[in-house]
Amino acid sequence: MLSLRKLIVAAACTLAVSATADELGYPEKEELTFGFIKLTDMAPIAVAYENGYFEDEGLYVTIEAQANWKVLLDGVVTGRLDGAHMLAGQPIAATIGYGTKANIITPFSMDLNGNGITVSNDVWEKMKKHIPKQADGKPVHPIKADALKPVVEEIHAAGKPFNMGMVFPVSTHNYELRYWLAAGGLHPGYYAPHKGDTSGQLDADVLLSVTPPPQMPSTLEAGTISGYCVGEPWNQQAVFKGIGVPVVTDYEIWKNNPEKVFGITEEFAEKYPNTTIRLVRAMIRAAKWLDENDNANRPAAVKILSQSNYVGADYDVIANSMTGTFEYEKGDKRSVPDFNVFFRYNATFPYYSDAIWYLTQMRRWGQISEDKPDSWYKDIAAKVYRPDLYQKAAESLIEEKLVSASEFPDFATEDGFRPPQTHFIDNIVYDGKAPNAYINKFAIGLKKGDKL
Amino acid sequence: MNALIQRFTGAAESGESLPLQALAILKQVALPVLGIAAFLLLWGLLAKQVDTSLGSFPGPASVAEQVKNLYQEHVAERAKADAFYERQEKRNADRVAKDPNYVPKVRAYTGKETFLDQIGTSLVTVMSGFLLAASFAIPLGIAVGLSKPLNEAINPIIQIFKPVSPLAWLPLVTMVVSALYVSDDPFFAKSFVNSVITVMLCCIWPMVINTSIGVSSVNSDWVNVGKVLRLSPLKNIQKIVLPASIPAIFTGMRMSLGIAWMVLIAAEMLAQNPGLGKFIWDEFQNGSSSSLSRIMTAVLVIGVIGFLLDRGMLMIQRWVSWDKSQAAR
Repeated sequence: MLSLRKLIVAAACTLAVSATADELGYPEKEELTFGFIKLTDMAPIAVAYENGYFEDEGLYVTIEAQANWKVLLDGVVTGRLDGAHMLAGQPIAATIGYGTKANIITPFSMDLNGNGITVSNDVWEKMKKHIPKQADGKPVHPIKADALKPVVEEIHAAGKPFNMGMVFPVSTHNYELRYWLAAGGLHPGYYAPHKGDTSGQLDADVLLSVTPPPQMPSTLEAGTISGYCVGEPWNQQAVFKGIGVPVVTDYEIWKNNPEKVFGITEEFAEKYPNTTIRLVRAMIRAAKWLDENDNANRPAAVKILSQSNYVGADYDVIANSMTGTFEYEKGDKRSVPDFNVFFRYNATFPYYSDAIWYLTQMRRWGQISEDKPDSWYKDIAAKVYRPDLYQKAAESLIEEKLVSASEFPDFATEDGFRPPQTHFIDNIVYDGKAPNAYINKFAIGLKKGDKL
Repeated sequence: MNALIQRFTGAAESGESLPLQALAILKQVALPVLGIAAFLLLWGLLAKQVDTSLGSFPGPASVAEQVKNLYQEHVAERAKADAFYERQEKRNADRVAKDPNYVPKVRAYTGKETFLDQIGTSLVTVMSGFLLAASFAIPLGIAVGLSKPLNEAINPIIQIFKPVSPLAWLPLVTMVVSALYVSDDPFFAKSFVNSVITVMLCCIWPMVINTSIGVSSVNSDWVNVGKVLRLSPLKNIQKIVLPASIPAIFTGMRMSLGIAWMVLIAAEMLAQNPGLGKFIWDEFQNGSSSSLSRIMTAVLVIGVIGFLLDRGMLMIQRWVSWDKSQAAR
């Protein structure tokens, strides 16, 4: 009897010890600096700070706005920044060595959707004639680039180029704008890095160039570009300023497309494992807060974002898209409840298939100049996207009952691939497991075997 | 010699009768006030005429409102900082209770820099760059002023670098600093070092030139006195050259400080270094309805600070200047 009791006590002791050993340790690095670009989808970082989620993890985070995506990426690579709000394409491009070469990983995907394409008033007037009308006289959505094509042809006939802005060569916006243009029969141009041509304007009908997000409206106003693809609030800003009209959101180009990610260096994750898990925990909580109770916290989030040190645009401008509506032409405000998704539909889980979609577009437009086997796509995705880190953070939150397991993918069976996705503006189905077959489906773009 | 004394003492002390003095004071006070009032009126009227995509151009009223807002934001941020330290203290105490080996560390507030903080940052940066430049430029200027051969050797270099905008140096400075200034826990932030060096590069030339001119044009009688007394070269500089060339040195320093202040704001904007320049750039990027009036506020603050810096230098000049010590004697 006595020995049995001893045994139980001993067992209880070992159990307790192992439990504390499994418990997440204190962060190795406590003072962190995160970079962001002034866009509403940086919200998880701002909310994690303002709601004290970072501090709950023992992290003292300084949040710094960056001038443009290149400066931000260099900051993470050189260690000036510990982590940053990044374009999904940035960690992938850095890993395959397109542009700056660096081992950047992403343990946390920040949001779905959130971008739009805006054209100048002038172009809009000309486009309008080619867009079918609803019964109430408003244009039928989604507006396809078919309506833009005659306008571009007209401008070309006058001997002038048609220019549009996007935010970075490997940005979601570049691929979305290209997708939309190509779906409407307009060629956005190829890259040929093996020949030293990184302008992305080979064979182009529409010349795309890089402009930092906050400068989009003023560049459009100056007439340097006739339209752009950018995240919020810079499309709504154009409506407020009366200088342009958003024609399509990325939700309509590809429903629930992955958008920004949180990027850190692989070295950081290895050197500071607890810090990494803890920062992911803080951001999962922030993302959950942002989507809780059908976006009930969004007005509070908009208030945070409108502070001058975060996005800094007016409350009304940010609220327009963040609270589930989107204003196209002035007065044409439509409901888009999923315009910004931060947590629903497993938005924060880093799916391999999301990374592979970006790789397929890099191949389609020549940024990857040679054919790669399907296995290569999977390998790169697994190198950059780290669901394992995400899983650890999520499981520890579930254990502490801060979130429920039902809010996450079933980690036991999850293989990191979303089921084949429909809901593209051109109705082409995307299956992350067969990237080469997917690339071959496009009318415009490089196919298997093509080389410039 | 008499001419010099007269130049330094000025005409201020030539006794005037009382009504004349009153008139002078009235002129000194009333005219500037009138000027400012006219400017405000004109500004207020014209501002409304200019419509931008961010609303009409800010007038005096919206600037006054932003001054209030910026101050309130500063106070609110300080309150947040206090709460931050309180929470941190508690968290540290909890951790020490659990983990006695832990040595608590107090971390600086991680929130945003307020407008007042940015002013402070800019002032510290400009003064650091300026003092650093002075510590090079004045000795160099004295050496160049005393030695004709050295002057001839260095002059072409000065003439070539003087007209270069320091902003042209900025990319080079940034790259060199990030290559050479490597440390895990740097005492100064890299951005600060970049700004300081850029400011320094623009401060040096006017100070070198003015110092050398001042030194080379020291009254030859005084130089001869030094020779008669057989002063050592150092004593010669200390007793004769420096006191005599202080006005010229200060003219150079005032010019330098003025340029430094202008350049710093531009450098902060361009390199995103913390300070007033970054404040303006951030507001421009935000593009909110209050952005323009905040930028206008910053513009006025920059002007006022530039003016105060210049007045400050003038006061220091009066204080160290040779004519005052002459008067005291």
